[in-house]
Amino acid sequence: MYLMQFLVLAAFLFCVGVYGVLVRKNAVLVLMSIELILNSVNINLVALGVYRGYDQAIVGQVFSLFVIAVAAAEVGIGLAIVLLIYRNRASIDLSEVDLMKG
Amino acid sequence: MSGANVAFGVLAAVMAVSAIRVVTTKNVVHAALYLVLVLAGVAGIFILLAAEFLAIVQILVYIGAIVVLFLFGIMLTRAPIGRAPDLDNDQRAIGAVVAMFLFGVLGWILYDGFGDTQLQLRDVGRSGDVGASIFSTFVVPFEVISVLLLAALVGAVVIARRD
Repeated sequence: MYLMQFLVLAAFLFCVGVYGVLVRKNAVLVLMSIELILNSVNINLVALGVYRGYDQAIVGQVFSLFVIAVAAAEVGIGLAIVLLIYRNRASIDLSEVDLMKG
Repeated sequence: MSGANVAFGVLAAVMAVSAIRVVTTKNVVHAALYLVLVLAGVAGIFILLAAEFLAIVQILVYIGAIVVLFLFGIMLTRAPIGRAPDLDNDQRAIGAVVAMFLFGVLGWILYDGFGDTQLQLRDVGRSGDVGASIFSTFVVPFEVISVLLLAALVGAVVIARRD
């Protein structure tokens, strides 16, 4: 197996996630796209860790675990904010959330 | 062609199609279910990379908890479950161009840096070694993550509470 194939797969997931963040209007779908991006980073960490040898592979896995924990916290807070927006405006259309637009 | 390469090809194809469906489908619930396919594919990739503990954690935390959280979010914010025509804004073409440009640049850089680097798996990553690493080398980041999770928990309750 080549290292390249894992990195290219991760890069593809990252770009799909970026497209989703740019294009989606629904706030929950934007959060899902952010999950795609975080997962691509995890693949990168684990693949590059394996490339550097056994000890570094373990370190890569530990960092991926930290990323997973942060992702869980991010989704919890993000969905709480989305629920608050929905309660105040009866919509989670991000193009309507423009209170701070100059 | 080895079995690992075949498995990688199948996983990569499923993940690519599902990821594109997550960002293009017209149905919010379908997007969450395609996200499950992508996350399961990532768990399979972790197994290919000999990271078994991480694969299990991926399935437990992502598919077990985060996707359920997403489904709750969908149900609490959008009453009509079904096809919705207004999920995308009007920047689809620009977004696609930006994403493809980014993929081109990243792919070229990766090819330049790791074009013919072989990946040989020597040993399966033992869960005991992961745990020993967390509680010896990375104990401070681990404690910080614990406090972060606690803060996120309290913060989510405070934000979403009706007062």
